[in-house]
Amino acid sequence: MEEQANSHDRSEAPRPRNRRMWHGVPLERVIGFFLFLCAAVSVLTTIGIVAVLVWEAAQFFGEISFFDFITGTKWTPLFASKHFGVLALVAGTVQTAIGAMIVALPLGLLSAIFMSEYAPNRIRGLVKPVLEVLAGIPTIVYGFFALLFITPLLRDVSGGISVFNGLSASIVMGIMILPMVSSLSEDAMRAVPRSLREGAYALGATKLEVSTQVVIPAALSGIVASFILAMSRAIGETMIVTIAAGQNPNFTLNPLVPIETMTAFIVQVSQGDSPTGTLEFKTIFAVALTLFVFTLFMNLLSQYIVARFREAYE
Amino acid sequence: MAVIAPTDFRKRKERRKWQGRAFFVLCLLAITVALGMLLVLLIYIGMKGWSHVNWSFISSFPSRHPDEAGIQSALLGSVYLVIIAGIVSFVLGVGAAVYLEEYAGRNRFARIAQINIANLAGVPSIVYGILGLEIFVRSMGLGKSLLAGGFTLALLILPIIIISAQEAIRAVPPSIREGGYALGASRWQTIWNLVLPQAFSGILTGVILSVSRAIGETAPLIVIGALTFVPFSPDGPLSRFSALPIQIFNWTARPQAGFQEAAAAGIIVLLIVLLGMNALAVILRNRLENRS
Amino acid sequence: MLQADPILQTKDLSVYYGANRVVTEVSLDVLRNRITAIIGPSGTGKSTLLRCFNRMNDLIPTFHLSGEVLFEGNNLYEPTVDATDIRYQIGMVFQRPNPFPKSIFDNVAFGPRINGYNGNLADLVEWSLQRAAIWDEVKDRLKSSALSLSGGQQQRLCIARTLAVEPTVILMDEPCSSLDPIATLAIEELMRELSEEYSIVIVTHNMQQAARVSNYTAFLMAEGDRVGQLVEFGESRQIFTNPQDERTEAYITGRFG
Repeated sequence: MEEQANSHDRSEAPRPRNRRMWHGVPLERVIGFFLFLCAAVSVLTTIGIVAVLVWEAAQFFGEISFFDFITGTKWTPLFASKHFGVLALVAGTVQTAIGAMIVALPLGLLSAIFMSEYAPNRIRGLVKPVLEVLAGIPTIVYGFFALLFITPLLRDVSGGISVFNGLSASIVMGIMILPMVSSLSEDAMRAVPRSLREGAYALGATKLEVSTQVVIPAALSGIVASFILAMSRAIGETMIVTIAAGQNPNFTLNPLVPIETMTAFIVQVSQGDSPTGTLEFKTIFAVALTLFVFTLFMNLLSQYIVARFREAYE
Repeated sequence: MAVIAPTDFRKRKERRKWQGRAFFVLCLLAITVALGMLLVLLIYIGMKGWSHVNWSFISSFPSRHPDEAGIQSALLGSVYLVIIAGIVSFVLGVGAAVYLEEYAGRNRFARIAQINIANLAGVPSIVYGILGLEIFVRSMGLGKSLLAGGFTLALLILPIIIISAQEAIRAVPPSIREGGYALGASRWQTIWNLVLPQAFSGILTGVILSVSRAIGETAPLIVIGALTFVPFSPDGPLSRFSALPIQIFNWTARPQAGFQEAAAAGIIVLLIVLLGMNALAVILRNRLENRS
Repeated sequence: MLQADPILQTKDLSVYYGANRVVTEVSLDVLRNRITAIIGPSGTGKSTLLRCFNRMNDLIPTFHLSGEVLFEGNNLYEPTVDATDIRYQIGMVFQRPNPFPKSIFDNVAFGPRINGYNGNLADLVEWSLQRAAIWDEVKDRLKSSALSLSGGQQQRLCIARTLAVEPTVILMDEPCSSLDPIATLAIEELMRELSEEYSIVIVTHNMQQAARVSNYTAFLMAEGDRVGQLVEFGESRQIFTNPQDERTEAYITGRFG
């Protein structure tokens, strides 16, 4: 019979593919190890970032007092009379990031409410991807738009505004991070069960009351997390502020004058001709470390808020 | 038991209705502003740069004269960068995703890797530039080359690729794997022959979207030392390079109106490339959804 | 029948979701201060019919209807009628308890607050909780989250929440389907008490429950494309002991559905 013939052949059958060897090691284990290495690269990236920043910044702080660095408000590392007060750069970063949030927060949240509570599915399916196009536009394009379109517009309104200013960068950066706020907030709102909305409608609530008194409180952790993530994004954003906000490290919160952010300073040094190994060059690691600590803290905070305050619904 | 007096629930009725309508208008206004901004941005750039976009703009090298300036070297630089970053991050990203989804289970390393990936996605791109400068340009001695730039961008988009590849792999039903194991296939055979083909278009969609993000990245390339004036085409992986966003940045910073138009034209080319890649991703995603 | 005084009526009511008819030509009177049960197999439009009474169906984009729904003799679907005005007069309790993720107190106070109640809120909350027979269990922890209550307690809290806006009608959509038998008995007991002052309409899958608590019963079923047609309506005692229609008899004796 056929089957018997086959069973005889088995002794001469080729070694099953899944036992193949590679230099004496089972192929399966080689592949598993290779895949492990791929996953390890992402962990090594983090270790690499931290190691590079800490190592180089440590050398910088060997020459410059850490205390002066974090408390000083004058930042002139490229001048003959050098000052290393990072607060001048932090002020620029915080100012533009907060400005961006002032734009993105109300617009993003209201857009999210519109999509989650008002828009019929058809409209939502149309609007949401278009809104996400905003998030996909390269930041260099926003920088161009800020400097050459928004800034002249602002200067038409008031002549007292400088060519480089925090306001223009803030507005455009706000538009850039808006989809992040709206998209993540909307996800959080849509996760609020329908039954809660119905419960409120059944008591005679209007859409406004349902949105603001039931849906938003129930989705609050997700909404707050989206704000923090967007803020973190604004803090780390580079090209818009480099192009539109200037390269003048002023310790000020005035949005109408030129300033410099941490990221813009890194670009400035990278573009310049400070040789590697000089103190001027090492400043970028100290600044980058400061920036990294800021954004890491905000990312961890948003993860903590989501994990800690999420209302569990069935 | 307290007796409740008849109450006047209708008192605030008119005000509440009015507020509700006002709120709706406010929401509508917000979304209109957001979408309007996109429109204004596109129209402005189109008006400013469209007349500059032609074949000689694409095929010329940069020049001191705005009318003769072109983007050939920058565009080629971007293409090479994206090819390098795409291949490296595809292999590493899919490998990591397969490991985390199919091999690691719930062990300690997998948990750490997962948290780590979520945080890496939030690291500012300029910090990746500094990492690339130290590791690829200096320690590995690649210099300020295409390879260093491509590797840097690969690390930058790796977290997004891993996350999207994980989602695509997770979407493959367990029954497919069980079917494979029931036939005596090994783990890798099951993954390679059954799971990955099912997840492939989802993975590819994520890779294309991530790579399109890499095309627009400017800051990390500035940090690792991309050139702003490259009158030659890159001739190998260790060649110095420029990239489209770098060229746009350089032109934007110049005061002459001619260069600003060239910058706008460069942006148009950049956006067309992005649009093309996104369209490709959407087509792939639709094919994926139709199949399942 | 002591007084034929309908508080809610439907006249030739048909309801559609898009092109699908889910309730077909129902004419029904809901009497004041009585409990009316709507029974029938799954998918015969019971919940849809119930949700016509407080216009909850308005929230579904494809919904439309023909015929009339009258509340105190006025058509609820007149263009001039605002759904939010209807809903606090006609309260609703849902299939699964759906307390807001707020404190027990804030859950009950939600309705009065949005509707501009200008009396003493604490008194109203206490009164509502007492009326819903849950006051003794929660009076010491009004500030704790409503989600910390058990399922049965949550459902009574939702009833208290409904009572706090002083409705005249309470609609109940399978209020006990997610509760255990003891919690179910507590809710049924509560319904009997409430029916002295309120008109109650209850949708239920559970025929014993309909027989136990209701004064009147409506039986809905689907036949071909006539989904959600009213087969029989009458006093519960008569429906459950001596149904006039053989289809009703088949259903209540468990021959289908």
